Amino acid sequence: MSYRTDYSRARGWGTAHEGVHHFWMQRITAISLIPLTIFFVFPFANALGSGYEAVRETYQNGWNAFIAISFIIVALWHLKLGLEVIIDDYVHSKPLHLTLLLANFILNGAFAIAGVFAVAKIAFSA
Amino acid sequence: MADVNRGNRPLSPHLQVYRMYVTIVASGLHRITGFGMIVTAFLVVWWFIAAAASPAYFAIVDGILTSWIGTLVMLVSLWGLCHHLLNGIRHLIWDTGRMLDTDALDRTAWFVLLGAPALTVLVLLIVQLG
Repeated sequence: MSYRTDYSRARGWGTAHEGVHHFWMQRITAISLIPLTIFFVFPFANALGSGYEAVRETYQNGWNAFIAISFIIVALWHLKLGLEVIIDDYVHSKPLHLTLLLANFILNGAFAIAGVFAVAKIAFSA
Repeated sequence: MADVNRGNRPLSPHLQVYRMYVTIVASGLHRITGFGMIVTAFLVVWWFIAAAASPAYFAIVDGILTSWIGTLVMLVSLWGLCHHLLNGIRHLIWDTGRMLDTDALDRTAWFVLLGAPALTVLVLLIVQLG
């Protein structure tokens, strides 16, 4: 039997035993996404439906490519964190919980890497 | 403290016992719009991959995103992004301990609910005029 109190044992640790790291990263990505979203949405909305050449021209621009890559990374990171909260809230079966957390990590990671690679490929083809 | 016996106590009341209120709607939509971004993220990344691949493949994917159903999904996504952004700012303000009284919660919830469609229209207008 430890002499430590329950409080000191629990302090700083959430259910996933990682303290406030999850909360903090969610806020950091959220704040970063405010300007990134504004900068991303307008070139994207203009490019959507404007044809292959126009889309390539948009993302061969260094600034647009930089914003798109940053947005993809931070948005999918934020999405992964948010989906983790939703999974934690609603999925009570341990095996399913673990499976969904794994799928969430892999799916968002794959989206992010594929998206970054695609934009970079367009940007460097100029 | 998972080893603590929590007893056979009643569960906390579930959704249906609460009166529908503006703050509940804003909060519920925050989660739903965030969750829905899986679909948007998939479509946008797919579109970038297509643009990096070939003109023929891009024509297919761009065609799907600009079809009537694709346009509807992108419009709902834009509104969802606006709602999540505005309500997210609300959350960030709460994190500093501000605007947590009932009046402020109501006012800011209405602001988000009405502001999100307005912001959606504003973005569309800027894109159309630009």
